[in-house]
Amino acid sequence: MATSDVMIETRELSKVYGAQRAVDKISFEIRRGEVVGFLGPNGAGKSTTMKILTCFISPSEGTAKVGGFDVFDDPLSVRSVLGYLPQRASLYPEMGVVEYLEFAADLRAIPKDKRRGKIKEVVEICGLKDVLAKTINELSYGYRQRVGLAQALIHDPPILILDEPTADLDPNESAEVISYIKEIGKTRTIMLSTHDLVEVKEACARVLIVNRGKIVADGAPDDLAAKSGSVKYVLAVDGGKDETVRKSGPVIEAVKRVVSDAVVKELPSDDRATLLEVSVKGSGDHRREFFRMAVENKWDLLELRREAVQLEEVFRQLTVGEGAPRRNAGSKASETVAATKESSSDV
Amino acid sequence: MSDTETTATTAAGALRRGSIGTPINNTLAIARREFVSYFSSPLGYIVIGMFLLLVGFLFFIPFAFLTLGKATLQPMFNSISWLLPLICPAIAMRTFAEESRTGTLEMLITQPVRDWEVILGKFFGALGLLAVCIIGTFSYPVIISRMGELDWGPVAGGYLGLLLGGAAYISFGVMVSSFTKDQITAFFVSFIVGAVFFLMNKALIFFGGAASVIEYLCPDYHFASIARGVIDARNIIYFASVIFICLLATARSLESRRWS
Repeated sequence: MATSDVMIETRELSKVYGAQRAVDKISFEIRRGEVVGFLGPNGAGKSTTMKILTCFISPSEGTAKVGGFDVFDDPLSVRSVLGYLPQRASLYPEMGVVEYLEFAADLRAIPKDKRRGKIKEVVEICGLKDVLAKTINELSYGYRQRVGLAQALIHDPPILILDEPTADLDPNESAEVISYIKEIGKTRTIMLSTHDLVEVKEACARVLIVNRGKIVADGAPDDLAAKSGSVKYVLAVDGGKDETVRKSGPVIEAVKRVVSDAVVKELPSDDRATLLEVSVKGSGDHRREFFRMAVENKWDLLELRREAVQLEEVFRQLTVGEGAPRRNAGSKASETVAATKESSSDV
Repeated sequence: MSDTETTATTAAGALRRGSIGTPINNTLAIARREFVSYFSSPLGYIVIGMFLLLVGFLFFIPFAFLTLGKATLQPMFNSISWLLPLICPAIAMRTFAEESRTGTLEMLITQPVRDWEVILGKFFGALGLLAVCIIGTFSYPVIISRMGELDWGPVAGGYLGLLLGGAAYISFGVMVSSFTKDQITAFFVSFIVGAVFFLMNKALIFFGGAASVIEYLCPDYHFASIARGVIDARNIIYFASVIFICLLATARSLESRRWS
């Protein structure tokens, strides 16, 4: 791939606040046309990284380039090629929607003869038609986010950095904003931070998970889930006349005989059946054994489902508690980066 | 106007640089927004109303101009010089503090604008409001000129002095505002410091040998000099230096946010 395909690039990027390393030697690349989800718990360093990439703050160490321009050496060029929606987009409340977009167009040096057309375009994309006559302080939070998105798009930037664009939105507003992002992501490079993993799976082809200032995973959402190394089964067993099955004990014991290191969790169900969630390490398939187990015990198997661990689970594994991978995960992440690069270069 | 045709040469494979406005364009856009925003809230109207009310009161109630036995605006300019340390901090207090508090500064600074364009834009926007206040007093020289022979030289000097003095106080207020997220703090700090400098000029007797140095540091001394109708380069240089130093400190303050 050509060098020019790298739209966002960081190398050993760090930001230190006193004794705290908010961003700790982060390195990644985002290529042309990628929509990348930037995930992590609160305080993981997502917003700080984005603020560095948009030249709002300077890194303590390392380098970052956006569109090929260095954030330190050429911040003006960096800002000229990107559209940025900060977390909880703060807009001038006293300004009208059109007035605000005109101001944004003015700062983006959009020629006056093209300004009206550009505003019309972003109003269309972001669904602002109904609120054009209002001032920003009259808008709901969702509409304010849309105005923020519109200002980020007004100069038709090839790169967009969106910091939690759906935070505090209701589910309908959230879904709308995500659908806009999917739409505009067809022609742009987008880096999107969010806490909503469903949105990530919907909108992003690639995910970067950051924890305690470090990247702990990088890859396609499905690949990350598959690489987590565990599989989940859902079993529903009806004992019929066998009263013992109504108590889950015998079923759990039988499951543990089939897979000794399985982690079994009982799920709520009706009185007749026992519903279990069984997590098994490795990527093997134990469905046949579970089926045979039911047959041998003369239990009716009402449901048997095998599913890879979801992204939520991967996110929890990587970012919660002391068990969260640190340096080892970093090397694992590097492997994932390599895998992703290979797969993307195949395309 | 924009330099849309500029392409990047700094990095191999860099994107074509997007449109970046000219410094004048960006400064004017920010100044215009800043100026208009004063009238989107009660602040602009309160400042203008209070200013004109106080000037009117100080000007007409004591009939100061009559006691001098000649048509002059000297008492009015003296009155306004008392008001500048109060009015200018009120105008400048929100320039950066409010934007930092609400987060709009992040939105503004991440546009393709230079820091000094933002600073100058805000400074000129605030100065615009002061100019509106000052223009509101233009009726007074007209009235006085009908009552007697008015020497227009000191009048022009007085207005120039007001604008320069006001600009100096505003630049100080903008600087203080850039160091805090609370506009009330910004107001009180710049009001108190401005008032101290103003009052020092009235109490030079207490400074002994340092009186001449203190006097030179006080804006009111330079204002009074210009208001007499004498345009001395030293006074202009003084005000220009204060404005430059304060705006430079504002730039450093913005820069320091990036590194903090």
